[in-house]
Amino acid sequence: MTAKDLALKRRYRTERLMMALVALGTLLAFLVLFLVLAYALFQGVGALNLDFFLKDMRPPGETGGGLRQAIVGTLIVDGLGLLIALPFGLAAGVLLAEYPDHPVNPYLRLLSDTLNGMPAILFGLLAFILIVKPMGGFSGLSGAFALGFLMIPILARSTEGVLSLVPKEIREAGLALGLPRWRVILSLVLPTARAGLITGVLLAFARAAGEAAPLLFTAFGSPLLELNPLKPMDTLPLRLFAFAISPYEDWHRQAWAAGLVLFGLITLTSLLARRASRRRF
Amino acid sequence: MRRLYSHFGDRLFAFFLLLLALGVVALALLMAYELYRGGSLALGRFGLLGFALGREWDPVVQKAFGAWPYILGTFIVSFSALFLSFFPALAAAIFAAEYAPRWLAQIINFLLDLMAAVPSVVYGLWGIFVLAPWLRDKVQLPLYMWAAEHLPGLLPLLGVPTGYGLMTAVLILASMIVPYTAALARDAIALVPKEHREAAYALGATRWEVMRLAILPLARGGIIAGAFLALARAVGETMAVTMVIGNSHKLPYTLFGGAATMPSVIANEFTEAVEDLHLSALIAVGFLLFLVSMLVNSTAAYVLRRQERLVKGVL
Repeated sequence: MTAKDLALKRRYRTERLMMALVALGTLLAFLVLFLVLAYALFQGVGALNLDFFLKDMRPPGETGGGLRQAIVGTLIVDGLGLLIALPFGLAAGVLLAEYPDHPVNPYLRLLSDTLNGMPAILFGLLAFILIVKPMGGFSGLSGAFALGFLMIPILARSTEGVLSLVPKEIREAGLALGLPRWRVILSLVLPTARAGLITGVLLAFARAAGEAAPLLFTAFGSPLLELNPLKPMDTLPLRLFAFAISPYEDWHRQAWAAGLVLFGLITLTSLLARRASRRRF
Repeated sequence: MRRLYSHFGDRLFAFFLLLLALGVVALALLMAYELYRGGSLALGRFGLLGFALGREWDPVVQKAFGAWPYILGTFIVSFSALFLSFFPALAAAIFAAEYAPRWLAQIINFLLDLMAAVPSVVYGLWGIFVLAPWLRDKVQLPLYMWAAEHLPGLLPLLGVPTGYGLMTAVLILASMIVPYTAALARDAIALVPKEHREAAYALGATRWEVMRLAILPLARGGIIAGAFLALARAVGETMAVTMVIGNSHKLPYTLFGGAATMPSVIANEFTEAVEDLHLSALIAVGFLLFLVSMLVNSTAAYVLRRQERLVKGVL
């Protein structure tokens, strides 16, 4: 065998080794995800029943009951948060996409990126300082503000991304008809981008629905169904956390059920979002 | 164009848009300002440096607050997690962008999205009930027993094998931050012009040689930016870490023993803090966390922008 053959052989060996490593690394990257999903599915399905959705939680040590108060609370706190975030996030996105050379845009983009990368718990601290402290107590509303703060930069960037995909011709057609710019944006650009905008909103909602950290010292949690946002409210991630670190067997069981429901909620929104975004302009 | 902009309705619309959009600016500034002001009581008492480097955190007896154990904990946990996750994430990115058939690449992309979307409390739940007991019984105890018999010098490094500590937190965190590195690396690899690949293949390079010589050097910026983004996520991750790290700020940290990070101490102590100084110290930790996150995130943004320019220059 000549030296050239040997060198070629070595190169092929490296090739095979690296391909195996890439395949192995890929599997390794998803290993924990698969395990988490498998456990959530098996443990959660066993713990899930109708009571979980229809009854409030029971006192420590007692078995049975459900997490109605946390499910309702998640929807209220997250929904209010979305209402708070929508005008600011959408406006920032429209400004970034439709007025590309507006003088505030570089700062706006920089700051919304900065906020996007901020740890979620800091939004909770901010809501604590701005709302819980002046109001004198924990409340669902302060939790909604914490989640709203969190969603604003997400909405801003997704709105900008979607609007920049709308073909220029649509705007030009409107302007050529003599429409003022605000009419072009409201009646042509936004409706064209509707599917994408809905996707962005859904994803922001799903992201916030899974957050517990910003709610620890804002919404705080409540063992009973609470519909008044000025009182402390429960959410699924908060209750899951409290149950998981508790010493009670039956609460652990319900924590798995909460994990499964949370996971289902988030997968469902992601899939809906995917479907909404598949329709092209 | 002039006429269009001077339209009254347009000016009104742009004004309202600007007003709402400035809410984003206000939010960012407010966060920096309020966290600083909220922490000023503790920062004023100990000084910024004294607070950041103080090793004593004792809200009960001494009323001394030093954030060093948490800064160190954050540093150790997030860098170890990044180190562990980097190569698997890169492998997944390479596989999805280059080698996988289309259908498989789509599945991988979906899984990456899913991984980023699974709430961190769910990871934490799995960590508490599955990973931590498993690590304790199958890894930590045997290792500890072995070390006790053969290498007693190793014991102070290993610490008490409870299952809830540094090691578990790092493993959970490493698997949570995979999608951030992987997604950016994948996009960077896909952006490398086809001609580079073709040129290398035409010279007789193997698949791996094409990757190493023609693709990775050009995609480097995106990969590094992805690593920084993953680091930023790791620094700020709260719930999953809090649930498995054992929450101890006793230095020195050990491999198996409990530790704490900046977000985990805020999550743990905030609702129990009754004294103003304690509360202020926790907000000051939040302020430091804000600074660190901003630093890591802006580094990622800077690297990414340079990368975009590089690829544009090549095209």
